[in-house]
Amino acid sequence: MRRFSDLIDRLVYTRSRNAKVKLIADYLRATPDPDRGWALASLTGQLDLAAVKPALVKALIEERVDPELFRMSRNYVGDLAETCSLLWPEPPGRPTPVVVPPLGEVVETLKALPRGQGAATMTTLMDRLDVPGRYALIKLATGALRIGISARLAKTAFAQAFDVDVEEVEEIWHGLVPPYLPLFQWGEGHIERPRYDDIPVFRPFMLAHPLEDGAVDLTDYAAEWKWDGIRVQIARAGGETRLFSRTGDDITNSFPEVAEAMPIDAVLDGELLVRGTAQGNSAASFNALQQRLGRKAVSGAMLRDFPAFVRLYDVLYDGAQDLRGQPWTERRERLEAMMARLPGERFDLSGLIVAGDFAQLAALREGARDASIEGLMLKRRDSLYSAGRKVGLWYKWKRDPLVVDCVMMYAQRGSGKRSSFYSDYTFGCWSEDGTLLPVGKAYSGFTDAELKMLDGFVRNNTVAKFGPVREVTKSLVLEVAFDSVHRSKRHKSGVAMRFPRISRIRTDKPAEEADTLETLAKLITDPV
Amino acid sequence: MIGRGSHMPNMVTPGSWIKPFPQGIYVEPGDFWIDPSAPVDRALVTHGHADHARSGHKAVMATSGTLAIMAVRYGEAGVTQVADYGTQQRVGDVDVRFVPAGHVLGSAQIVLEHQGERVVVSGDYKRRPDPTCAPFEPVPCDIFVTEATFGLPVFRHPDTVDEIAKALATLADNPDRCVLIGAYALGKAQRVIMELRAAGHDAPIYLHGAMQKLCDLYREFGCDLGDLRPVTAQNKADLRGAIILCPPSALNDRWARALPDPVTAMASGWMRIRQRARQRNVELPLILSDHADWDELTQTIRQVDPGEVWITHGREDALLRWCALHQRRARALDLVGREDEDD
Ligand SMILES: [Zn+2]
Ligand SMILES: [Zn+2]
Repeated sequence: MRRFSDLIDRLVYTRSRNAKVKLIADYLRATPDPDRGWALASLTGQLDLAAVKPALVKALIEERVDPELFRMSRNYVGDLAETCSLLWPEPPGRPTPVVVPPLGEVVETLKALPRGQGAATMTTLMDRLDVPGRYALIKLATGALRIGISARLAKTAFAQAFDVDVEEVEEIWHGLVPPYLPLFQWGEGHIERPRYDDIPVFRPFMLAHPLEDGAVDLTDYAAEWKWDGIRVQIARAGGETRLFSRTGDDITNSFPEVAEAMPIDAVLDGELLVRGTAQGNSAASFNALQQRLGRKAVSGAMLRDFPAFVRLYDVLYDGAQDLRGQPWTERRERLEAMMARLPGERFDLSGLIVAGDFAQLAALREGARDASIEGLMLKRRDSLYSAGRKVGLWYKWKRDPLVVDCVMMYAQRGSGKRSSFYSDYTFGCWSEDGTLLPVGKAYSGFTDAELKMLDGFVRNNTVAKFGPVREVTKSLVLEVAFDSVHRSKRHKSGVAMRFPRISRIRTDKPAEEADTLETLAKLITDPV
Repeated sequence: MIGRGSHMPNMVTPGSWIKPFPQGIYVEPGDFWIDPSAPVDRALVTHGHADHARSGHKAVMATSGTLAIMAVRYGEAGVTQVADYGTQQRVGDVDVRFVPAGHVLGSAQIVLEHQGERVVVSGDYKRRPDPTCAPFEPVPCDIFVTEATFGLPVFRHPDTVDEIAKALATLADNPDRCVLIGAYALGKAQRVIMELRAAGHDAPIYLHGAMQKLCDLYREFGCDLGDLRPVTAQNKADLRGAIILCPPSALNDRWARALPDPVTAMASGWMRIRQRARQRNVELPLILSDHADWDELTQTIRQVDPGEVWITHGREDALLRWCALHQRRARALDLVGREDEDD
């Protein structure tokens, strides 16, 4: 537990992404099983114990500390776990140095906690821990350990620790359960990479680079529309179907109608969109899909008013056959042939755009007015399906170039009607050394429903409060639209946006893949 | 609330000859002020920190250490009078004695006696050992005028040795970086250096220009600070693997930018609270304070066992609450300008 609480402590104070990766990697290398597996589970959000209610923790501390002094302390410190970790009296006669129980033992104890036994168990554990240990314990036990680390970052750290490819980690991640003993055995080279052919696991997506300048030769590249939904992977194996988002999150429960309609074992890649009577029976814009995102349970009304389907554009597996090593043209043929076996209500095919030359294609792109179209995709005809973003294979060519994906950093309460909402958002882009630097502030562009969602996100992901401002975990990607961007000496990032507004909430995108300052700076048109 | 003073109902109000004002404590029968925040005719100064020692007084009485610090900071003062620790002097109608407070070099509690009543004004103090100054001496009294900078039960400073070990471990783990420690230029900086030396760190320690004079002064008073060198424009970029000390205000300043990838550390009692450390962009919080923590405050009150506790500055609410819970008569004085943000 000491190594773990030390890691948590240091992550809190570490700002640069690379330094965080290094801290976690060092920890994973130096810590024995099963502790490191449990730690990895807690960092990736796979360890939601919630064995104990915050009220119990409060009651325990009030048995030991005057409630008034507790109240003053809590007001000053802010965080319940931190307050209690500091206030908890050292039990008399405890040996020094303190013999701290290992993380694995703490987790097993909490997992096995019988009903009504929380108080006694927590007391015993608290008495055996030091200040950082008690902090980590309360956070773990109440299911509130949020330190602003994304699952992807933790997996990257694993890959760095054991010198493996992070995409390979992704490949087996969904087949694993904490404390991931086979993962570490593989990492340390004791076994071959585990295989999970009979269960639906996430396969890392192939991603596109933005097309920056110049044209491509359409004999080498095929063009498709870029749809304004969310990227989704449908994986069925052994008769079980899972839907995964861009971040590898399992979103099956949010879209049961799509999962239920999948009739064959396969892994398909496509765009999740909404299409129903209310949408005029054609694919709707992202806003309609937004209604369906982030819901744990889906109501009948939702299914009726915002029915989802997937517009397919690639196939990774047909049955047990891995097609990723085949060129795009082959895979495209296979996909087209598979369409007959898929129900049309839930699956259709993303068509190819026929254009005589690049100029004609550019004109088509300019002329596209369909709300569900975001731009164009250009895919190299001979490209194998390779994980991640490889140069020169796939390009995305968005319609509006002045859009960047930023990460929310701070939120502030609005004024007037909005004073109860956190409605002003400061967002940042990644700097070269992996730090997030604020690039702008926006308080418009979202619907009332989105505002509610954003407000909820802020409240549930606060890591710090400064007066009316909250700092949030750097995990939510906001697509920010703006009129222009300029150099600025007043901002640490060196850039300032003109009229930024939130154009979309990208819950489907991992924070690390938000845009870099470099990308943003390229949009500057001012003379130097 | 049952006050401990209730067994002397016929006496005048305890300490009625001591007049607290927002700008300081005025001692009427001696016609002098203690730690006034504005210039006065006669000031008695507990220690050299700027929130206690101001310039411009006509006459100042303080320990030789405090007077020397004031001379470095403010130049020549008016009339000065040295108060040796433990020596009683008469000022007007009041017997005055300076007693070590264990806070910084020269720091003192001021013991006042008048008409059989003893009042101790603690100034700032701490109870744990500090190699740069004489240790706190508890003086039983009728009224104990205490600070409460860390007057909340969440403040329990950890062992100094462990915090210093943290800094040295970080230095060893990051040979390509430097460890930049923000520390109050008076007291904290010299204590950190002495503790680093005691832990076996013999390498040169580099100083921000603002620290030099006070380190020289501490040396004159017998602190062996070892090999100290200034950070200059020439050597700035070449300080990999070194410890550098600067005032807290310089941590996130332009000055720090040219240093080789510093691990930003800060030595302060406030580092106990995660949020305080994060506000300062601190990567390595070192919980090291020159003020009493909660246990030291309450232990000291028990030890000097006063009839009344007066609280000058800090988180007085919680200490008042503690006094009430322990049947001790207490009041807050609401002195202004005494918040110690960096210590
Ligand atoms: Zn002081
Ligand atoms: Zn002070």
